[in-house]
Amino acid sequence: MYDPVIKACSHVLIHTPSFVRYGSKPSREIDDSTTPVLPAIETHLRSFEEAVEYPPNQVFIGNLHPDRLNGIEQPWYRHPVEDASRYGAYGEIMPEEEFLGLMKLADDFDLMWIEKESAPMIKKSLQAHPFWNNSDLGKIDAAVEMARIHDKIENQGSLPLYCHGRIVGCMHRHHEKDDALKAQVLMENLMAKASGALALTHLLKKSDIRADEIDLLLNCSEEAVGDRYNRGGGGLAKAIGEMCGCVSATGCDIKAFCVGPIYALVHAAGLVKSGLFNKVVVVGGGSMAKLGMKFKGHLAKGMPILEDVLGGLAFLVTGDDGESPSIRMDSIGKHDIGSGSSQQNIMESLVLKPLDRMGKKITDVDRYAVELQNPEVTVPAGSGNVPLTNYRMIGALAVLRREMNREGIDRFVLEHGMPGFSPTQGHIPAAVPFLGHAIDAIKRGEMNNAMFVARGSLFLGRMTQLSDGLSFLIEKNPGRKAPN
Amino acid sequence: MDTEKQAIIKQLVDDMGTEGLVVVIGAADPEVAQVTAETVTFGDPSFAGPLAGVSLRLPVYHILEPEVKKVIPQDVYKEQAGFLELVANTEEIGKIFREIRGKARET
Repeated sequence: MYDPVIKACSHVLIHTPSFVRYGSKPSREIDDSTTPVLPAIETHLRSFEEAVEYPPNQVFIGNLHPDRLNGIEQPWYRHPVEDASRYGAYGEIMPEEEFLGLMKLADDFDLMWIEKESAPMIKKSLQAHPFWNNSDLGKIDAAVEMARIHDKIENQGSLPLYCHGRIVGCMHRHHEKDDALKAQVLMENLMAKASGALALTHLLKKSDIRADEIDLLLNCSEEAVGDRYNRGGGGLAKAIGEMCGCVSATGCDIKAFCVGPIYALVHAAGLVKSGLFNKVVVVGGGSMAKLGMKFKGHLAKGMPILEDVLGGLAFLVTGDDGESPSIRMDSIGKHDIGSGSSQQNIMESLVLKPLDRMGKKITDVDRYAVELQNPEVTVPAGSGNVPLTNYRMIGALAVLRREMNREGIDRFVLEHGMPGFSPTQGHIPAAVPFLGHAIDAIKRGEMNNAMFVARGSLFLGRMTQLSDGLSFLIEKNPGRKAPN
Repeated sequence: MDTEKQAIIKQLVDDMGTEGLVVVIGAADPEVAQVTAETVTFGDPSFAGPLAGVSLRLPVYHILEPEVKKVIPQDVYKEQAGFLELVANTEEIGKIFREIRGKARET
């Protein structure tokens, strides 16, 4: 059997400015600061149109190639894309009012109430979406009076839901004594489920595959589903699959900090190659906790708060179809526990070892996708330009291997790398936002291969000082006819 | 600069004083290195960590500056910092650090 292929992918963004206040960093600052933080946040939020026109967001959904960012003057938020569409080749940018409706559709435990006056607006906006115009939106109709919402917020630990500056509903806690089921945690989980479902719906439409053909779902979102006895031990894979009609699939979650999507794709490829499963979906929803994570840096620089979107990703891995790019099964690069933790050790494990195994040079790989955090988000907050540093490290390895001289590093970065364009949503920037562009460019014959390299911070959980990473290479399908 | 590292530096200064204490920074990214250097010189710019409002004015160098390189045995330097030297823009980093030390002397 030939190597598995990535047959389709989807990349979506959801503009959620009213949820920035619930991001981990903003909510702590709002609670702790002696000066009013919330008004400052609110005056620095972007409109939906501004989020759609933002060049990196247009790259994310596939309307612009990442290289185009090299030709747009920074700051990119001051150079909007003219006539930008919310829909792109790989997905869409969804506005908040539609997403609130989608959250309610994802809600199987009446965790979320929609206020009566706002329900028609939310329902109407979701009905205008091509994917939900014929759907049963009855859940949204079951709206409640504002007085009951205020009572829940004031007396029972529910959190208000906002849209365009007004309360449109609330999210409840589901157990009085269980912090794993408090309103903020359930909101985070429900948003991951709904945004994952949006990504999967786009994938199913784009791949022209029936939902009941999927036999396994692997969710790589970064939320922690569970109750107080198993905090984070649960998962969203089947919840997302159920919402999208994948009735023949089972599923589980694969968590690995920012490397999650790469681990999930490698598992998917292995399971397809082994014949255990035939059509495997890797899906990841967005992370509410990371909204506004670097907002203080943005406010200090007088910038809009750019971390106002959730990301969502979905990929379909199947057996060889003779046309989609293959995941080379001999290309997996891993960072072993005993590999050493210097930057050089990590990059050698993830890039050089697999290339040596395949008999390739560093410069034989057309494009490297690394952690693709948008530098316009990270640099003002003092976190640096993550992709650029990673590309320079790969270039430095090529210098050490005498594939080029040091003066060639800048050119290497330009030709084999790309500017970061992904929101800083943990697992979302993990190299894979380039998959759509890579698959299309390989199919068009503009590229032969691309390597996807993601790194994770295991130490954030305080259980080990280790870091992590995983990589794989996709390449042009040789177009062989698979043996019967 | 994260709050844990700020706490370590502050503790060292509390225990030993600033006399004879030099901070050497290793971040390859110029912006990250700059923020770190400014934090140990003028205090935490985000006013979030233990160095908020604490202007230590410690002499600060980057590992890739010649002043540091010349006092480290060549083989050790090559092994520990050789890769970083290839990755980083050493000219830009040198300029940033000279400016920060100059500003610390002036104020």
